[in-house]
Amino acid sequence: MAKLHVETTINGESTEILVDPQQSLLETLRDGLMLTGAKEGCNDGNCGACTVIMDGRTVNSCLVLGAEAQDADITTIEGLATPRGLHPLQQAFLENAALQCGICTPGFLISSKSLLDSNPNPSEEEVRFWLAGNLCRCTGYDKIVRAVLDAAKEMKAGN
Amino acid sequence: MHDFTVHHPQSLQETLILLDRFGDAAQLIAGGTALMNFMKQSLLLPEHIINLQRVQGLQHIQSTKDEVRIGAMVKHREIEKSNLIQNEVPILASTYRRVATIRIRNMATIGGGLAHADPAQDPPSTLVALNARIRIASISGERTISIMDLFQNYYENSLMPGEMITEVIIPSMHSDTKSTYLKFLPRTADDYATVSVSLIATLNENIVRDVRIGLGAVAPTPIRATIAEETLKGHAISDELIQQASNSVAQQVDPLDDFRGSADYKRDMAIVFTKRALQQVLQGPS
Ligand SMILES: Cc1cc2nc3c(=O)[nH]c(=O)nc-3n(C[C@H](O)[C@H](O)[C@H](O)COP(=O)(O)OP(=O)(O)OC[C@H]3O[C@@H](n4cnc5c(N)ncnc54)[C@H](O)[C@@H]3O)c2cc1C
Ligand code: FES
Ligand code: FES
Repeated sequence: MAKLHVETTINGESTEILVDPQQSLLETLRDGLMLTGAKEGCNDGNCGACTVIMDGRTVNSCLVLGAEAQDADITTIEGLATPRGLHPLQQAFLENAALQCGICTPGFLISSKSLLDSNPNPSEEEVRFWLAGNLCRCTGYDKIVRAVLDAAKEMKAGN
Repeated sequence: MHDFTVHHPQSLQETLILLDRFGDAAQLIAGGTALMNFMKQSLLLPEHIINLQRVQGLQHIQSTKDEVRIGAMVKHREIEKSNLIQNEVPILASTYRRVATIRIRNMATIGGGLAHADPAQDPPSTLVALNARIRIASISGERTISIMDLFQNYYENSLMPGEMITEVIIPSMHSDTKSTYLKFLPRTADDYATVSVSLIATLNENIVRDVRIGLGAVAPTPIRATIAEETLKGHAISDELIQQASNSVAQQVDPLDDFRGSADYKRDMAIVFTKRALQQVLQGPS
């Protein structure tokens, strides 16, 4: 079957890719573009390890077709750090030891970024509501929630 | 996944022509959250995928004096956050807020969700209690059906080949109508309901003027607890009346044994959650 030519924007750069029609966006990112930050946990929408931001909204990239990336604006974990250094969320995850194996971390960071983009001053409950369904099997959630709250404080102080 | 061709129509007319041409060999893709999983499991193997994301005219939330109209491609998260819906049909916003996770709600659409026809989903029981109507289009015309006529069985809707949902029409709620949606989640916050209850009621002093009860996850389709409704209508609210109405739902549910509970347990929980919903709405602070 012929490959599809898809034009899309990933982490601010316009990108052209060839995708198989049946490839998910997650497979397109990982296998086609070697952006292996987004992880495959469950491959059915339950774990959040594959979370990316697509046109301003977090989605599970395992449930999106690569073909649907046409004209979309996508942010992956690779787009978080800048040449100046880590994103405050990444720094806070390090400082709070909010990761162990790290498989879930890109999904948590992307979800947390989209939370802080829309709500820079979330309550603990809002953080937990937003991150529901980002699953972590080793660290536990308290450190992750604390890291997000710390990053929010840090970012407010930095502004 | 298997091989298929993806089409990206821009208009409803183009979409309906594609649906007519490919018939059973085609599947629409809206949010993709259900279809992608069905294809990964080889439960559906369409040769053609028709992407609705760029189709004009399916993205509106509008209200008139008597009804609210929601385009088939409106996302769950948009319904949850819409001021119009929060004001005019609050139970709908609170029901959609309970679906899965923000990521799923950012993708899943009202039309795709209804076509999916899983009775364990949250919105169906609420839309059934709201007496919603479903607007359906095909190349040969349009029809509007009651939502009760959409659901046939587990994962089975009544759409004919070539037909699609274009809009969901919801009669406005009276300002003195009260409502609640209860989702029983014994496992995790982002799970499907073990039992769900949607309750809409209008009172006249202490008398139940009108009441509609939708139940989810307890039968092959969402159901209306009609015996309970008749038990309550026209009667003065009392603890005994609420207990009697709640007990009657056991006769109407037909749940499955699964990892969310045995059929017996779910039947009991349907009684418990109907009672809690009735207490909250009929006896709670106004
Ligand atoms: C991890 C996970 C957790 C979930 N948890 C919940 C939950 O807690 N509560 C809940 O209610 N639901 C839950 N769901 C189900 C979810 O609500 C459905 O998958 C979703 O609503 C389907 O909508 P969609 O737009 O993604 O449909 P799609 O996957 O795009 O389509 C589904 C089906 O409908 C057809 N279709 C799409 N649009 C139309 C249309 N306009 N007219 C006719 N046919 C159409 C498609 O061809 C396909 O067959 C969950 C799903 C996942 C993956
Ligand atoms: S891999 Fe996509 S949600 Fe788990
Ligand atoms: S750190 Fe291992 S799954 Fe979260």
